[in-house]
Amino acid sequence: MNLPSGTLLAQSALSGLFIGGLYGLIGLGLGLSWGLLHVINLAHFGLAFLAAYVCYQLASVGGMDPLATLAIVVPLCFALGVAMHALLMRFRVSPLNSLLATFGITAIIEAGIQSVWTADFRKLESSYAAQKFRIGELFLPLPELLTLAIAVALAFGIWAAMRYTDLGKAMRALAEDAPVASAFGVNARMHALLLAGVCGALAGVAGVCLALTYTLTPAQIYAWVGVVFAAVMLGGLGSPLGPLAAGIVIGVSEALTMAVASPSWAPIVSFTILIALLLVRPGKT
Amino acid sequence: MPALRLPAFYESFLYLVLHWIVLATSWNLLSGYSGYFSFGHGAFYGAGVYTTAVLAGKMDVPFAWTLPAAALLPALLGVALGAIVFRVRNVRGELFALLTLAVTFVLATIVLNTPIDGGPGVYLSAVAVPSLAPTASGSFYLMALALAVVTLAIAYAVTKMRLGVGLFAIHDDEDAAEVMGVPTYRYKLVAFGLSCGLAGLAGGIQALFVSYVTSNGTFNITVPLTVVLMSVLGGTRHWAGPAIGATVITILLYASTAADQAVAGKAVVGAILVGAVLFMPDGILGLAVARLRRMRAAASSIAQAPPAYATRLPATAAPRARTGEPLVVVRGLRKSFRGVRALDGVDLDVREGEILGVLGPNGSGKSTLINVVSGHYRADAGSIVFAGRELLHLRAHRIARAGIARTYQIPRPFAHMTVRDNVALTAMFGGEALDPGEARAQAGEWLAFTDLAARADALPGDLNLHQTKFLELARALASRPRLVLLDEVLSGLTPGEIDEAVELIRRIRARGTTIVLVEHVMRVVTALSDRIVVLDQGRVLAEGLADDVMSRREVAIAYLGTVHA
Repeated sequence: MNLPSGTLLAQSALSGLFIGGLYGLIGLGLGLSWGLLHVINLAHFGLAFLAAYVCYQLASVGGMDPLATLAIVVPLCFALGVAMHALLMRFRVSPLNSLLATFGITAIIEAGIQSVWTADFRKLESSYAAQKFRIGELFLPLPELLTLAIAVALAFGIWAAMRYTDLGKAMRALAEDAPVASAFGVNARMHALLLAGVCGALAGVAGVCLALTYTLTPAQIYAWVGVVFAAVMLGGLGSPLGPLAAGIVIGVSEALTMAVASPSWAPIVSFTILIALLLVRPGKT
Repeated sequence: MPALRLPAFYESFLYLVLHWIVLATSWNLLSGYSGYFSFGHGAFYGAGVYTTAVLAGKMDVPFAWTLPAAALLPALLGVALGAIVFRVRNVRGELFALLTLAVTFVLATIVLNTPIDGGPGVYLSAVAVPSLAPTASGSFYLMALALAVVTLAIAYAVTKMRLGVGLFAIHDDEDAAEVMGVPTYRYKLVAFGLSCGLAGLAGGIQALFVSYVTSNGTFNITVPLTVVLMSVLGGTRHWAGPAIGATVITILLYASTAADQAVAGKAVVGAILVGAVLFMPDGILGLAVARLRRMRAAASSIAQAPPAYATRLPATAAPRARTGEPLVVVRGLRKSFRGVRALDGVDLDVREGEILGVLGPNGSGKSTLINVVSGHYRADAGSIVFAGRELLHLRAHRIARAGIARTYQIPRPFAHMTVRDNVALTAMFGGEALDPGEARAQAGEWLAFTDLAARADALPGDLNLHQTKFLELARALASRPRLVLLDEVLSGLTPGEIDEAVELIRRIRARGTTIVLVEHVMRVVTALSDRIVVLDQGRVLAEGLADDVMSRREVAIAYLGTVHA
């Protein structure tokens, strides 16, 4: 096997870093929902894609700046996140059943997207896409850079909020022991709905980032599931920074695999890392 | 053979219904019974599809000869994956679901990147269809029918076997099941292997039915989504549930896709899944069975006087003489939790036929001792010799088989099993391997022994605390153990109920069973115990006859603080 040149490897690692940031961004809301709300929300992916399509629609057809669509997409996704969690709470759905129910919701979202935007590929053409920075021989495309910056900022922002604000502490207390937290005056229902809304909003931001960089098609929803879940499980449930770090590790390993072997082998990487980690440190995950 | 002389269209439609019955029922063997939801059923089905496709389509092996391989390969894949992930204690339901989902994409990647497919798909149009019926569609119908009958028979048989009972117990409380003697690891592997093998067979037949297979068409999310939906809708705790769900969904899907609305069909499936999970998490058959049980329980509570068969209790635990020989010898037992030394070098003996009281302040290591001896936790160091056999590195179910039973301080009955089935489970998996029928009969007698006969058909959730504690006792006794570890069976009971329990414990000992009694109620311990061991901070503080031990100075200090006398 011929090893590719150093520049190619560096460029691959860089693109791995960028896609890893997106894994982390999608995984952020997913992990919070799983760790703190005990809802394994497959519909997080559906919501992100819905946000991506709405962004595409507003920017391509409506002529808005893609980043400005956040002002519409984020509140919309917040509301959808709250509504969905209210439904799950109303029926006291167990974690495993939440996986099933959100699986169903994802199928509905997918069908909805397909009936509005068809199964054809859609690509957002924006002024951002063409802009690239150059460092030496390496290219840094602006949309990817933006995604990584947003992912890092949100992860650290939520980490700080959970650590230093009363609201964040209340959330962690509820996740640990809801009855006791309630006895100390924390309104469990309101906090859960708020957190679900935040997770929805995070899916919205992730969706806009998706639309900036990637070609969209409804079936792609499921392509992200395995990798992002791997990032969440490796990074730790409910941890804001873990999924980002794990996502970047996975992203870079995938990108290097693509450069060294062949692009079509990439899907195996995250799964292998996950299994290997399970075997090496079984207690942790 | 019921060769229907129907038009080809109906035969093909029936083929589809039967095909989905096989897939859903095979999925349910592991996932429904044990609660380990696999989202990778499509992967194992796909492995079957490609086994037949490659063997028959590319290597010209006769179709019938490819089927054994189409069953075997996915079964081996499943067992190999299970051997890895079931070993990890933390891989429970959710993690297993996601790992199996990932397998689908991994297999798709491998198939796409290797000569197995390589991209263009595999044609089977030149492969001869076995002529079981005058037409090809008739032959497919008959093959699917035969496979469906076999699959349903297996699903039914499993529920009637120890395997099925064990899987249902794993569903409710896997740790408790292991401690009651269920070989959980092996059972999960067997069920997974069966499940994957049957899915592979269905895939092998399907490969020829569609006659052109592609990686994208095979390894997608549709198969797992659909089988989960069918099983949840029909009821996962019943062998026939998935078949009912499969029939309903296939007809519904057909009705909606027939009108050229595949997209709407997908949305309908999603909506039904959401509705089913929210409104009837137990499925169609789950609802029916629950209603039936309620009717039966109402009828039996009127008709039945408690039968007086307490006297014909199984005599297997032949009253052993109170020889006073050590039955259990514990030496240097250590167990730490993240640096906290719960057991710090415990030495003690339990003599055959005695009641040994274990006392100690909170956190002294009493419960940890029981958890280590019963195999719930693994000790860090030391030795536990039971009847001449080292237990330290045995899995919990082996320890149960060896003749040790325990109760939990906070009762852990299997929530979805009736009181009788809870007791039958330990009779089945304890000391001697009984078949389920005998075990249920014996369970009735143990229920009479513990005064629970009237509640035999109730679910544990309907019992009060007193009855739940007695159920724990009945479960421990039903395995006819030589040694019973009782972990605070009396906590939370009223004085009257405590007296009843004390009486019961005396009767248990009278049958020749050795008892270790961990308890806080001092008067009970001193009244019942032959000897007492006091633990403090993970060490044995004192040991001896009851009155003697309690009057010792160090014991008083451990309990009350400094003594000024």
